[in-house]
Amino acid sequence: MSDIATITDTRLAFVRTKPFDPLPPPIVNSGAIGWLRQNLFSSALNILLTAFCVLMIAWLGPPLVKFLIIDAVWDGASRADCIATPQRPEVGACWAFVIERLGFFTYGFYPADQRWRVDVFFVLLAFGIGWITWLDAPRRDLGMIYFFIVVPLLSFFLLVGLPVLGLPYVSTAQWGGILVTIVVAWVGIVVSLPFGVLLALGRRSRMPVVRMASVIFIEFVRGVPLITVLFMASVMLPLFVPEHLTPDKLLRALIGVALFASAYMAEVVRAGLQAIPKGQYEAAMAVGLSYWQAMRLIVLPQALKITIPNIVNTYIGLFKDTTLVFIVGIFDFLKTIEAARGDVNWAAPTTSITGYAFAAMFYFVFCYAMSRYARYVEHRLRAGDRR
Amino acid sequence: MSVTDTAKPKTAPGPALIYNPRVRGFVYQALLLAAIAFLFWEAASNAIENLARAKIASGFGFWHNTAGFDISQHLIDYSTTSTYGRAFWVGLLNTLVVAVLGIVFATVLGFIIGIARLSTNWLVARLAAVYVEVIRNLPLLLQLLFWYNAVLKVLPEMRDSLLLPGGGFLNNRGLFLPQPVFKEGVGLVLAALAVALVVSVAYHFFAKRRQVQTGQQSPVLRVTLALVFGLPLLALLLTGFPVDFLYPEKGRFNIRGGMEVLPEFMALLFGLVIYTAAFIAEVVRAGIMAVPKGQAEAAYSLGLRPGPTLRLVVIPQAMRVIVPPLTSQYLNLTKNSSLAVAIGYPDLVQIFAGTVLNQTGQAVEVVVITMGVYLTISLVTSMLMNLYNRRVALTER
Repeated sequence: MSDIATITDTRLAFVRTKPFDPLPPPIVNSGAIGWLRQNLFSSALNILLTAFCVLMIAWLGPPLVKFLIIDAVWDGASRADCIATPQRPEVGACWAFVIERLGFFTYGFYPADQRWRVDVFFVLLAFGIGWITWLDAPRRDLGMIYFFIVVPLLSFFLLVGLPVLGLPYVSTAQWGGILVTIVVAWVGIVVSLPFGVLLALGRRSRMPVVRMASVIFIEFVRGVPLITVLFMASVMLPLFVPEHLTPDKLLRALIGVALFASAYMAEVVRAGLQAIPKGQYEAAMAVGLSYWQAMRLIVLPQALKITIPNIVNTYIGLFKDTTLVFIVGIFDFLKTIEAARGDVNWAAPTTSITGYAFAAMFYFVFCYAMSRYARYVEHRLRAGDRR
Repeated sequence: MSVTDTAKPKTAPGPALIYNPRVRGFVYQALLLAAIAFLFWEAASNAIENLARAKIASGFGFWHNTAGFDISQHLIDYSTTSTYGRAFWVGLLNTLVVAVLGIVFATVLGFIIGIARLSTNWLVARLAAVYVEVIRNLPLLLQLLFWYNAVLKVLPEMRDSLLLPGGGFLNNRGLFLPQPVFKEGVGLVLAALAVALVVSVAYHFFAKRRQVQTGQQSPVLRVTLALVFGLPLLALLLTGFPVDFLYPEKGRFNIRGGMEVLPEFMALLFGLVIYTAAFIAEVVRAGIMAVPKGQAEAAYSLGLRPGPTLRLVVIPQAMRVIVPPLTSQYLNLTKNSSLAVAIGYPDLVQIFAGTVLNQTGQAVEVVVITMGVYLTISLVTSMLMNLYNRRVALTER
């Protein structure tokens, strides 16, 4: 009450013309300490969890670094260099083994003087991948033709051989290592997209026979493990074709992988097709486009665009699944690791782990790059929708 | 004029038959059918010819023939004199055992990691993210080989077995655990468990009806726990613990008695659990993030405490998003268990599509049976899934 009285008294009134300077933020809520408090020590449970995590990192981290880098053997010529001696009681990863066997891991038994052909194939492929994954690249339509038609044809003659042009014939039994892994993955990628689109369209067709055939194929393949599909391709396929046409081992595995990947791709594409509003189909029909024109010009470009992240995720699965061809006796990258780690010349306690670590890095780099790319595309697509 | 106008459509030739979509559709389908039939016919006739040339029998007669090979892990009686049919069941059971155990552990680990990824604790969330990113981006086969060849195979040999607390042994030939031996009176314990389960289910329905009618809640969880653990425990006490443990005994070269867990089994289980848990974690995270924040806030504003909010509002809605992809992860785990063939665990594929196929040479029958099993599992699961989906689907009004 008395306050009001004083304020109404004009002679005593005081009005600040400037605001107070802001107080410094409380030290416990801002800066590094505040961040720590909020993110690591906000409650008793969180303090416990943080302590647990720190312990775990301390338990796993240093030994891993010690094994992979500090104690690792970088150069050497045989197992003797990777075995613990009194002078060097602790031996880490045997990278010398990987370095010496790198040629085998990359090319398998591909003749040494012909390995440049594989290198050219890798370059052609890398160029194609760069072209179609760079979303702002010039003439991406040409890039598609290059990736899906030109590279397959070129690399077929390049890798298999064309004696007329002085490229001697190299049997697929001699292929191996990263070359085979890349070939299997890439054939799966190139074949599964068009076949997947066809199957997805078939599954949404109004013709009952086409729909049933697609559904049966897709559900059958998705219902069984890839291994059984590969077994089917490798042991049953030779029975189903005339004897003189029996495909070679690698081709059989490729057929199995391609069938499998197509069924999975079909479901991914179908999800994209379902996301396209019905009005788009109707509008295309209304302007007089035929079914194939409508699909090619209106529906598929939109459906495939929104499915790119899922398509890339399917490719990640496919890339990991290529390791399974190892079980039907194809010399893929993992199989070369398995073969090399059993080599008597390199039999040391750490050889196996080193081989697996190298394989893990290889697969991780490819898969992680693909998943980052999928996320980037997803982000960009969402940015487009926001506008 | 008018007469000719109305008559005109009747006499006009109309569009040619090939532009009639119905006719076209009919022709396309007939062509497709013919192509498929031709493919099958060609494949079948080639197969008959090839089989005859290779002198391979056909048909399922081999089912009753003596298998003549041994299997390192069999849950039902099996010996080298058993039939191929028996070997099939052994393999199927081995597949199911690893799949069921894998599903249980992968679910637990996956939920923990999925929730950890959403933790407010920065370190926990980061670690969980690193786990998921690393594991998901490595092929399962590589992980299995790693567990088998680089971890379990380099364990100490039989002589220097690691002694585990509780009387077990661990060495490079496997894990040896005490085996429970049931004596008389164990039936009573099982009966008590069955009664407890039936009563708790009945109580659950009773409590639900009571809540709908009167709004009063009942302590369902506490009663259920008390029943399920209390009754069998009581029975155990009354019958005087009718369970003995047969402890493994270490000899010079081998271990006698007890329960033996093959290293192949452990490697497969580790690999499947760790790999699938990473995928389940992502499913769980997506499911929880799919529940709008407003749902929890609305529950708080109605006066619900955090526990009931989570249990009654957030989780039921998250489950609707989680369950379908979770089921497909379970199916993936089951199908991935066929990778056992790479490390020599005797699962269905290893026994049947491996050994039996090599011995009989009857590729078509063997592969068809193997695929049929997985296909049946997949189809039954997806049928159950559809039923569940129909039950929990959003009813829009």
